[in-house]
Amino acid sequence: MNFKLKDIVPQLITVLAVVLVFGFFTYNAQINMENRGIDFGYGFLSQESSFDVQFSLIEYDGSHSYFRAYLVGLLNTILVSVIGIIIATILGVIVGIARLSPNYLINKFAAFYVEFFRNIPLLLQIFFWYFAALRALPLPQDAEAMFGVFFLTIKGLYVPAFIWQNFNIFFYSIIAAIIAIIVIRAHAKKVQENQGKQIPVFLISIGLIFILPLLSFLIGGVRLSFEVPVLKQLATTSFIYEGGVSLPPELIALTLSLSLYTATFIAECVRAGIQGVGKGQKEAAASIGLTPNQVLKLVIMPQALRIIIPPTTNQYLNLTKNSSLAAAIAYPDLVLVFAGTALMQTGKAIEIVSITMFTYLTLSISISILMNWYNKKIAIQEK
Amino acid sequence: MSSINFLKPDRTNLNTFLYLGSFLFFISILDVFLNSFFRLNLTDFLPNFLSFLLPLILGFVGLYFIRIEYSGIKNLDLLNKHINTNNFNAVLSLLIIFIIIKSLPPILSWFVIDASFAGDTKDVCTGSGACWTYIKVWMRRFMYGMYPNAEQWRINLSFVALVLLGSVGYFATDKFKKYLTLYYVVIYPLIAFLFIFFFISGGPVFFDFSYGIIAAILSIIIGFFIPSKFKFYYFLIVPLALYVILKYFLFFEEYIELGKLDGLNWVETGAWGGLSLTFIISFFCLIFCFPIGMAFALGRRSEFPLIRYISVGFIEFWRGVPLITVLFMSAVMFPMFLPEDFFIDKLVRAIIAISLFEAAYVAEVIRGGLQALPRGQYEAAKSLGMGYWKMHIFVILPQALKLVIPGIANTFLALVKDTPLIFVVGLLEIVGMLNLAKTNPKWLGFAMEGYVFAAIIFWIICYAMSKYSYNLEQKYKTDR
Repeated sequence: MNFKLKDIVPQLITVLAVVLVFGFFTYNAQINMENRGIDFGYGFLSQESSFDVQFSLIEYDGSHSYFRAYLVGLLNTILVSVIGIIIATILGVIVGIARLSPNYLINKFAAFYVEFFRNIPLLLQIFFWYFAALRALPLPQDAEAMFGVFFLTIKGLYVPAFIWQNFNIFFYSIIAAIIAIIVIRAHAKKVQENQGKQIPVFLISIGLIFILPLLSFLIGGVRLSFEVPVLKQLATTSFIYEGGVSLPPELIALTLSLSLYTATFIAECVRAGIQGVGKGQKEAAASIGLTPNQVLKLVIMPQALRIIIPPTTNQYLNLTKNSSLAAAIAYPDLVLVFAGTALMQTGKAIEIVSITMFTYLTLSISISILMNWYNKKIAIQEK
Repeated sequence: MSSINFLKPDRTNLNTFLYLGSFLFFISILDVFLNSFFRLNLTDFLPNFLSFLLPLILGFVGLYFIRIEYSGIKNLDLLNKHINTNNFNAVLSLLIIFIIIKSLPPILSWFVIDASFAGDTKDVCTGSGACWTYIKVWMRRFMYGMYPNAEQWRINLSFVALVLLGSVGYFATDKFKKYLTLYYVVIYPLIAFLFIFFFISGGPVFFDFSYGIIAAILSIIIGFFIPSKFKFYYFLIVPLALYVILKYFLFFEEYIELGKLDGLNWVETGAWGGLSLTFIISFFCLIFCFPIGMAFALGRRSEFPLIRYISVGFIEFWRGVPLITVLFMSAVMFPMFLPEDFFIDKLVRAIIAISLFEAAYVAEVIRGGLQALPRGQYEAAKSLGMGYWKMHIFVILPQALKLVIPGIANTFLALVKDTPLIFVVGLLEIVGMLNLAKTNPKWLGFAMEGYVFAAIIFWIICYAMSKYSYNLEQKYKTDR
């Protein structure tokens, strides 16, 4: 019989302790809520929220429900995270490769950037950009246009808006181009494996991605025009821009600091990944006559990616979680809108904090599942 | 030598190219330098666009000319090898040199030349540079928060004492070296608790908390002398019993008048702040998160499924949520979970929240180290008849921890950088104090100086920590 008391006792005690702690907490929570006359429940989500949010991707005002406010916050969080991840990845890869450059100046410049930005707290950087750097921008009436259409002012960045006619046809044409490219690539790979012939996939792809949308303009009736922001005087000293798309300064400060900060970590991951590929690989590839670009693309990168991706996933997760610092500069993200304003109004601390945490957990887990899938796809297929 | 040939320069016409190239390169640098430092534009007569690009073109041609392989001149070869390998690198090098030259004058003038240092009112800050007077005037607030000026010697004294006590390790003779671990793990934290909770606070707030700490540490010390057969049951019962005895039978509180401890004024934690609070929080979270993280790392690799699931749940939960929501939880949700008359100070709540949060990260780092150890180590330890705890304390953990020094250091760095977030619970460390100071009507408009100041401080702390961890890593590196 391999039933042993010594195996059971520690487990029982641990579980008992956990159950006791949780029981203690829920018991107290019940008593506290009874005393304060709060009832537990998620019914408030459908009530009218009656507060405004200054920046939202979906239509929202005070007459919408708390759930809608939650969605507004969530979408704003996702917006910042996605933009941040894209910029941080591009910057991080460039800096990471620059760190390995044989050029002394580039190398040191990249090293300086990494050491500088990653040793300063992110919150301080956000404050710096928002309260110090962006506040030094000109007022709307003094702003000079960049390329004639962009206006960077203290009230945010104003960019032209696209005004589409028959946008869906354009959209379908792009999708068709992408599908065609995938088919052609598969076909080209097959041809190369069977017959050894190379088809200029790259040129064909570029042609497709330009020609199909162009056709949609020529015969599909798609029209595109720009709405350039125009300065408008509200009062003697108050000006705003009308038309176009306005990005609030909070969004700019947040994406800027998030991507500058996270890029340093991604750069280190990229550097470690490329350094992790053996020197022999590079030499072997060069010795069979591949050009330096081919060596990087066909030999180094596929192997380096396997080392780079797991830690980079962590950085993406960190960026998403760090986007919650938005609350400190009043960018209406999930924490500010929901765990801030909505909590103040309803007083439903337990429900709201638990929903917020659960949302972040879901976001984190979905990013890590996605990246695990990608990681598995590029991992070495061992026989 | 025949006419200049614009093919690749080589050794035959080395000198011509060398002089011409160096001259062009020099001219391009000189142009940017004069432009940047003396606002002179040598190429004013040219069209605007050309005048702007001229240094780049000249420098590029110059670098092209002096790119002579194996010239035999040592410095030239070094230059070519490091900044001038090909056209692309040459352009990038030039751009970086130009950016440095261009950005030096404005930075210098803002930091030093146009900055104002003297005086103690806003009126002296008229120049276009930084107003360091602002930092000077607000220095005490940035360092100590709202801690009363007359009492600040208590913080200073505590920190000096703790630093001195902490440096004991450097002076210990070989005879005492073996006790150092015990000292740093058990005795030093205890002294630090006593200093901070009684000396800096000087009040009754932390009694409950410090009873728990004292009970835990005392029971660990006594635990060393308990035969291993009873150790498990000992640790089940004794810490709790000690806590109860300390709290309910010794009546410390009755000896101390409320709000006074041996003549010290009670400074409540709401008044603590500034850089000293950053240190206090980092210090405690660092001490707490390490053992908690270690426990959960071991738990995650435990052979008991229930303990494993609980550890995995704990770790993944804390790693999946942002710190700011954890602090929100400790601020608004946690009080609901406690009995109504049970009060926990908000600083303690923040420390607990940050410690639990960072513990999950520490746990993952340590797990990495545990997994990296070869199986043979476990088997060897078991074959010597070691039990679970003995095996881990004497064989596994010392090796695993050595392996993960960089990871642990990164987590601690993240911890220090996360401390400004405690503004969520209403505590203001240095960044929070900056935000408070910048809204002061007498000192509006100096946000930049404040943030730069804090950035420099944090940068120095974090950079020093990362360098120190690198040294530790090198010191404990064992070739395997």
